[in-house]
Amino acid sequence: MKLYCLSGHPTLPCNVLKFKSTTIMLDCGLDMTSTLNFLPLPLVQSPRLSNLPGWSLKDGNAFLDKELKECSGHVFVDSVPEFCLPETELIDLSTVDVILISNYHCMMALPYITEHTGFSGTVYATEPTVQIGRLLMEELVNFIERVPKAQSASLWKNKDIQRLLPSPLKDAVEVSTWRRCYTMQEVNSALSKIQLVGYSQKIELFGAVQVTPLSSGYALGSSNWIIQSHYEKVSYVSGSSLLTTHPQPMDQASLKNSDVLVLTGLTQIPTANPDGMVGEFCSNLALTVRNGGNVLVPCYPSGVIYDLLECLYQYIDSAGLSSVPLYFISPVANSSLEFSQIFAEWLCHNKQSKVYLPEPPFPHAELIQTNKLKHYPSIHGDFSNDFRQPCVVFTGHPSLRFGDVVHFMELWGKSSLNTVIFTEPDFSYLEALAPYQPLAMKCIYCPIDTRLNFIQVSKLLKEVQPLHVVCPEQYTQPPPAQSHRTDLVIDCQPPATSYRRAEVLTLPFKRRYERIEIMPELADSLVPMEIKPGISLATVSAVLHTKDNKHVLQPPPRPAQPTSGKKRKRVSDDVPDCKVLKPLLSGSIPVEQFVQTLEKHGFSDIKVEDTAKGHIVLLQEAETLIQIEEDSTHIICDNDEMLRVRLRDLVLKFLQKF
Amino acid sequence: MDHECARLLPAVCAVLADPRQPVADDTCLEKLLDWFKTVTEAESSLLLLQENPCLLELLSHVPTLQDVSAGVLSFSLRLAGIFAAQEDCFQYLQVELLPGLFGAAGPLSRAVWAVPTVRSGWIQGLRSLAQHPSALHFLADHGAVDTVFSLQGDASLFVASAAGQLLVHILALSMGGRAEGHTCPQGDDWPTCAQKIVGHIEESLCSTDTSRVTQALNVLTTTFGRCQSPWTEVLWEQLSPLVARLLERDPVPAPHPLVDLLLCVARSPVLGSSDLGPWEMTAQALSRLGPTQAGPLALGVLKLHLCPQALRTQAFGVLLQPLACVLKATTQAPGLPGLLDGTSEDSVVADALLSSKSSCVGLLCRTLAHLEELQPLPQHPSPWPQVPLLRAVVTILRLCDGSAVPASSVGGCLCGTLAGCVRVQRAALDFLGTLSQGMGPQEQVTQVFAILLEYLERPDSSPMVLKKAFQATLRWLLSSARTPGCSGLGPHAVLFLPELFPVLQKRLCSPCWEVRDSALEFLTQLSRHWGGQADFRHVLLESEVPELTQQLLQDPESYVRASAVTAMGELSSRGLHATPTSPEQPEVQQSLLPEFLHILSADSEGFPRRAVMQVFTEWLRGGHADVARDTERFMATVLQVVSRDLDWEVRAQGLELALVFLGQTLGQPGPHCPYTVTLPKAAPPSPLTEVLGALCRVRLFEFAFRALFDCDRPVAQKSCDLLLFLRDKTAPYGSPWEAGGSPDSASVEAALQRWQAGEQGQPLGDLEPEAMLATLRSIDLEGLRGTLAQGSDHVEKSPQSLLRDMLATVGILQENQADCY
Repeated sequence: MKLYCLSGHPTLPCNVLKFKSTTIMLDCGLDMTSTLNFLPLPLVQSPRLSNLPGWSLKDGNAFLDKELKECSGHVFVDSVPEFCLPETELIDLSTVDVILISNYHCMMALPYITEHTGFSGTVYATEPTVQIGRLLMEELVNFIERVPKAQSASLWKNKDIQRLLPSPLKDAVEVSTWRRCYTMQEVNSALSKIQLVGYSQKIELFGAVQVTPLSSGYALGSSNWIIQSHYEKVSYVSGSSLLTTHPQPMDQASLKNSDVLVLTGLTQIPTANPDGMVGEFCSNLALTVRNGGNVLVPCYPSGVIYDLLECLYQYIDSAGLSSVPLYFISPVANSSLEFSQIFAEWLCHNKQSKVYLPEPPFPHAELIQTNKLKHYPSIHGDFSNDFRQPCVVFTGHPSLRFGDVVHFMELWGKSSLNTVIFTEPDFSYLEALAPYQPLAMKCIYCPIDTRLNFIQVSKLLKEVQPLHVVCPEQYTQPPPAQSHRTDLVIDCQPPATSYRRAEVLTLPFKRRYERIEIMPELADSLVPMEIKPGISLATVSAVLHTKDNKHVLQPPPRPAQPTSGKKRKRVSDDVPDCKVLKPLLSGSIPVEQFVQTLEKHGFSDIKVEDTAKGHIVLLQEAETLIQIEEDSTHIICDNDEMLRVRLRDLVLKFLQKF
Repeated sequence: MDHECARLLPAVCAVLADPRQPVADDTCLEKLLDWFKTVTEAESSLLLLQENPCLLELLSHVPTLQDVSAGVLSFSLRLAGIFAAQEDCFQYLQVELLPGLFGAAGPLSRAVWAVPTVRSGWIQGLRSLAQHPSALHFLADHGAVDTVFSLQGDASLFVASAAGQLLVHILALSMGGRAEGHTCPQGDDWPTCAQKIVGHIEESLCSTDTSRVTQALNVLTTTFGRCQSPWTEVLWEQLSPLVARLLERDPVPAPHPLVDLLLCVARSPVLGSSDLGPWEMTAQALSRLGPTQAGPLALGVLKLHLCPQALRTQAFGVLLQPLACVLKATTQAPGLPGLLDGTSEDSVVADALLSSKSSCVGLLCRTLAHLEELQPLPQHPSPWPQVPLLRAVVTILRLCDGSAVPASSVGGCLCGTLAGCVRVQRAALDFLGTLSQGMGPQEQVTQVFAILLEYLERPDSSPMVLKKAFQATLRWLLSSARTPGCSGLGPHAVLFLPELFPVLQKRLCSPCWEVRDSALEFLTQLSRHWGGQADFRHVLLESEVPELTQQLLQDPESYVRASAVTAMGELSSRGLHATPTSPEQPEVQQSLLPEFLHILSADSEGFPRRAVMQVFTEWLRGGHADVARDTERFMATVLQVVSRDLDWEVRAQGLELALVFLGQTLGQPGPHCPYTVTLPKAAPPSPLTEVLGALCRVRLFEFAFRALFDCDRPVAQKSCDLLLFLRDKTAPYGSPWEAGGSPDSASVEAALQRWQAGEQGQPLGDLEPEAMLATLRSIDLEGLRGTLAQGSDHVEKSPQSLLRDMLATVGILQENQADCY
């Protein structure tokens, strides 16, 4: 069993598992941190961004000044933003049979894989994952396509040139694999290859393995996967949460007794507790708005935003902020808010029960009804008519490189009354803010990551007891910024096997058994013999028939008829010869009794020696040795066949035949 | 015993002796025993038994019953014990009854002995009975002491503990005759019974069974704690070698009882000061026991007033050990002076405990709590290692928030275990607050304020930790201002406050109500102490804190509203709720009075209304401008609202307010108030008629009279006190009006009668002071006070009522049978 690790990002994994003649891709996350190296795409013409000076080398050489611009002491690529794809060369991706998706954040690279690698398999995901994943992709494509940029920079990616660039461009990895965003057409084509599945549904892959999604508690429709054959079980845990938020709770019990557990998608902020962060979010929001400032929340259009809106729903009245408008701006805002309300079966119990009242499961419905929350596809159009300040704006993209958020950063960045609150943990907020410096606006970092932390993981592993754990290397050492926090690593026995990008792991466990079926008529012919109480044995002579990873024992063909014709004879030629089988022996030889028997049969001068493995019975007179070991008995005598046969028969008296 | 009880008693005894009439409620048996105890304290038991033969019948009948209930049997054992406590009665019962109850032929040999209540009753009966030398003979003759020995290991903890207590009692009783004055004989000359018990203790101390050792140690601890006679010295002399030998075993058996014993001996005036003092053994125990067990011993030693200095030093070392290890585990640079210089091998044990997840938190919390207990005591170790202790606590707090860098493998473990540990954070912040008494060098105080600010700022701080952080901050701020030679707030506070207020602002906006509440409490305390300080006023008024606080008067959580009321009341008293309502008059503060009155009349929860009343009382005492402007109107409005309140605490607080008002109008200063110094004095006493007029106008009489018949006793009592005060104040002025003389007073009395009957609806209407005064004098306030003081259940508590109830439950009383239909 092998694991090909195509992504180095622990929360945006992409691994390929080869297991029992199947090739299974586990997630295909897209690392978007690469976009932080690019200039923001402003929705409205920005004089500041369009008049940035070009960057030139120390020696004054300015051949890169079209591609690289200097902004607030940093150098950015002036081009359509590009994303870092998973490894495509490590394994021939056209051989991938299936792709299992665990949540909507982990499928963003799907179009790159399904559309450009010759992939011809099936993708499995739950319905909310597909629907919300589609929204995320749609939003991404929309953000990028609505600000067309003619220029695509490639010169700087040349390895020799990249070495000369300042950080962080100099240190950017795998730049050659960076690609522009896909198109809506590619998205549609990719999504058409997905087959929808429900929690605990068992899906047979070629009769060889069975895959099952389990609730992971992290997001709507998010799943962990079990991949199992009759005798082996691999669990894939990705993006799970034990906190009580909106999704269905995590199914831990089904992960028990795994041979291998692949563990990815733990919290990216292990030291922050989501509850504390939500408190921080609310307090800072209230303080800003009370002072007449605006609050900007860069976010994805689905996920934590539902919980934040729910929290604000309870909070704004108590904080006397009910008159402050909340705006949610995204090309998919409407769909996201409405989708969340219809996936009742994927929600936590509390929300599910609301549906039967009937009430909308999320309170943002009421916020919309009472006009406290308004949503718009973009800042253009209705929004500009309704816009009132101070207000709270939720909008994308959290990287601050594209989407409506760019406009608000430009608009509000100059006033210290305003605040930008980062809640998404995927991007470093300092890097995200770099092209907007100097910034008067207040910045608050309260990342809300509900995924498992290390304490929860160690409890989970104690509970489910996998034989081996495989995880990204980042989880086996403390975070670089807190090297003394030895508690921030996965702690299990045996130690976890770690992987990094472009590594191939041979998983440390061997397959030992295969299930074989016996045809009824063959089973009928068996005559078991009890050799020990409770254990019966029978010998089988049969033909092993293997097809579609299923193995069947069929009765052996009857011996060929001597009178058969030419044609028939040829058929019987194919049939394997059925030799008459020698009986099998079992049992052990009690040495003392054996010696007595020998004496009874006229052997004298018998000597018994103990050896490490058993005994040697020495017939000194006959110059013969009988070596008795646990699983073999040898009679060594000098060319006296008669004697050997006599002795053999004596030995056989002590053994059972069948 | 009164006649009525004597009449009912035979029936009750018959019920108890009848197994077909089970007594459902055990508590009435307990009450019955209590009653007999009080009766026998006043009368002769012998007479009682002779006058009430039913009792003797009961006692002799119950043990012979086959299917007697365990509760009744236990009751009989205890009752017999109570009677036999008097020697003449004991003699009377000794012949037949007592052996049947306590001897081998009694319950001891029957199946019912398996019930713990019976065993417990047997022990308690003996405990009551053993009051005189004859009882000792009885115990010896019936082998009771051996049974008590075996009951020490009883499965029921109550029985086992009572058995131990009984042994102590018997020992003390048998030694009793020789207690005072005489030179104490050596152990060999002691009475047989005492020798037997001591022999048993000796045997137990040598046993390898830890539970037996524990029993022996507990008996000794109780003995030395209770008896201070010279014979205890002999006993200790005889037994201390055996106790010392326990310390040589590995592991030391029963460490906790051993520590208790050593401390008890050390505290005993007889033993602690003698040559046989336990010092050497205690020193040995401190070094032999692990930090977990030695901690309480060390604390106990350090709390002693008389104790060798060397032992105190050793004990303090034990207490400091865990913190020294924490410092060592996190100190990068070697050579920094630690808590304990010259580390001993003990640190290996402490290190091991700190490295283990399960023991580390408990050990640190206990250590911090012990030191916190020790610090304020006058006998605390001196010199007190303030500087290293501060460093250790700050380090622990840094380990808890993950910012401390470990220097060893122990440090690494500590880092992992303590990160985010709420228990340790709470203990450390408590101790840090206590350490504020000693302050410290400049640089360290800065560090303390830095870590406190960090904790107040951290989004991850749990509400409980945050509360502790606020409390510690307050203590440090107040201490820093008390530094000698520092005027005003002190340099630290001046630097710290501008950083503190943005945090306080954020906390007042927290979605977690506990956080908002503790932030408000902190603000109230701070303003109470520093409301007059210019620096503080400046920073506070610059911030949005007053505005946010006012906003919280509308908080959805009632506790927060209450705290906001208190905080706003305090701010307003100090002229600090500066929300200029109009730009033209920035100096004019908007009055809070209407808002508070609205809360008082409309808030659905009691806490905010109580808080408003407390603020109003403070305001009246302090002469707050809003109140002083028209005190009569203020009083009239408040009393009117309060009289209708459903919460008795609010009504009681209303009476408190009325009392303050009375004190002020009658020219009598009210209860001492610390804030009156700078505020205008109450008006000089006016003529009585004027005062009474004012009281009538604010309808204080009506309010107080109504409260007199309040269904909640504390309110009625308070009103009674208030009216008594008023009557006394008005008495010297003489009375021109006779009680009941005027038609007005008749109508008042009629109203009072209606109120007393429970009709609360009708108001009194406008009435003359004369009528009020006349009514006041006509009411028997003293009598009323006596009735109220008795408690509402005094009727139900009487023995007659108890006996009746017991009969009623089994349906014996004739009238009850009739009542059924």
